[in-house]
Amino acid sequence: MIEFWVIVTGLLVGITCGIAGVFLILRKMAMIADAISHTVLFGIVMAYILTQTLNGFWMLVGAALAGILTAYLVQLLHSSGIQEDAAIGVVFTSLFAAGVLLITLFAGNVHLDVEHVLMGEIAFVPWNQWSLLGITMPKAVWMLLFVLIINVTFLVLFFKEMKLATFDPVYAASIGLPIVFLHYAFMTSISFTTVAAFDSVGAILVVAMLIGPAATSYLISKTIKQMFIYSMLFGALAAVIGYYLAKLWDTSIAGMMAAAVGMLFMIVLIGQKLIERKRKAHMHKLEIT
Amino acid sequence: MLSGNLLWVLSGTMLLGIAAGITGTFSFLQKQSLVGDAAAHAALPGIALAFLLTGQKELPILMLGAGITSALSVYCIQWIVSFSKLKADAAIGLVLTVFFGVGIVFLTVVNRSPLGNQSGLNSFIFGKAATMTKADLLWLFMSAIIIIVVSLLFYKEWKLLIFDPVYAKGIGLPIEMLKATLTVLIVMTIVTGIQAVGVILMSALLIIPTASARLWTNKLSSMLILSAAIGGIAGIAGTFISAIRTGLSTGPIIVLVAAGIFFISYFISPTGQIRQYYRKRQFRKQGDVG
Repeated sequence: MIEFWVIVTGLLVGITCGIAGVFLILRKMAMIADAISHTVLFGIVMAYILTQTLNGFWMLVGAALAGILTAYLVQLLHSSGIQEDAAIGVVFTSLFAAGVLLITLFAGNVHLDVEHVLMGEIAFVPWNQWSLLGITMPKAVWMLLFVLIINVTFLVLFFKEMKLATFDPVYAASIGLPIVFLHYAFMTSISFTTVAAFDSVGAILVVAMLIGPAATSYLISKTIKQMFIYSMLFGALAAVIGYYLAKLWDTSIAGMMAAAVGMLFMIVLIGQKLIERKRKAHMHKLEIT
Repeated sequence: MLSGNLLWVLSGTMLLGIAAGITGTFSFLQKQSLVGDAAAHAALPGIALAFLLTGQKELPILMLGAGITSALSVYCIQWIVSFSKLKADAAIGLVLTVFFGVGIVFLTVVNRSPLGNQSGLNSFIFGKAATMTKADLLWLFMSAIIIIVVSLLFYKEWKLLIFDPVYAKGIGLPIEMLKATLTVLIVMTIVTGIQAVGVILMSALLIIPTASARLWTNKLSSMLILSAAIGGIAGIAGTFISAIRTGLSTGPIIVLVAAGIFFISYFISPTGQIRQYYRKRQFRKQGDVG
């Protein structure tokens, strides 16, 4: 039963992040997700300091606010002439440093230690249960399901708009789509995803799940729908492979899941290159004959 | 207050700030700031692997391991960008997290091994400037000075490489070699700094002083000097503040001091927000009169 819940959590992380990652890759915002995953720490610590509880709801709020703040600050610096990569670098390292400092100052002896936030401990997920509507499931599973529903709802409602705002922002703006609202709404859903996953796989490794599966599926997809399906599949696959490898070598589950993301990417990339080369050789042969 | 050891640590973090300010400027101008972030995270598996393979925690061995995986990560990013249709941001993010994940895997193995608990490898994640030994600091001094000297030697070539690569190639400069040297030097800066400020915040030292200096000047030479100065000041002030109260880690404070300098520059520099506000108001007034 314990193993079951760990795998369910991993699968949910893979699927939720896989869905959220697609537009992240397409909008070329992968590094903003990395930045948000760092600054979420700041939001969580602030939520703890203000409310003095480790309540999941307030953490979600704090993390979402920190995520929006990050996206907003990066945009602000970028629009005042600082190149984008430097703007991202300045914002997330400062807020992350502030988060680490606040933890050492105010929250040193609670469960909120930095290493836990960064790396998570998926193995402890089954012990923290929550009951709702007569169903008892681990807290992390509830949170992930909740965020998954938010993400899917957002996509279902705004799929067409997001697609247009991503591929042709100028046209989208000219026909009056609220692209600024879409940008920040999307950033909010990324922050929600990060904080829901941070408890199980850690804030940094959630970025592996956000970027990796979507990037892998970007290599082989021809349409955006395909990309969503492959991305979810790769995310779930990486979670399962990572879990069993970690169990085999008795090491960090979250770390191994990230490594599995990397392995899948390499396999797909190299496989794709080999197929391409074979096809070219075949075409070449046809031309000669 | 100013005990002997603190003085050593102060000069160490100052030199580190200067070195990072200089190499950071070159990587900033090549739009490679976030590659430095990935390379810093990628130092973690190298450190853990070096410890696992040799069983020693001598700093030079760990630094060598860190350098190898950092350089490998930079190479991986370049490879992915040139061989797949992924963009640079996705490649950086992917490489960063995967290397860091592998690092955590190795680190967990190290911590489970009987020797590992005392190895103190965990301190590489957030750094431990205040408790560095004299031997550690000697390494830091040496490599920081090498970094500064080599940067000054290659100043003219790199300047050309950054601002006019076509011309540089035309007059027969070995472009690829120069680029590789720059990468090696950035990796070396990272490896030098991770012990003091940790793998996660090391990139801040490369990015923030440079970004602040860029707000003040358009000239490369003055940008280098300013960036080095800001890095050095952040190093000194950060170490000093964290020495006042025990339990404050040095890395985050150094970064916050640098961030403070950036924040001030953002408002009061010649291109800053306050100046722009007044200029806009003046224009508006002139408009009213005319």
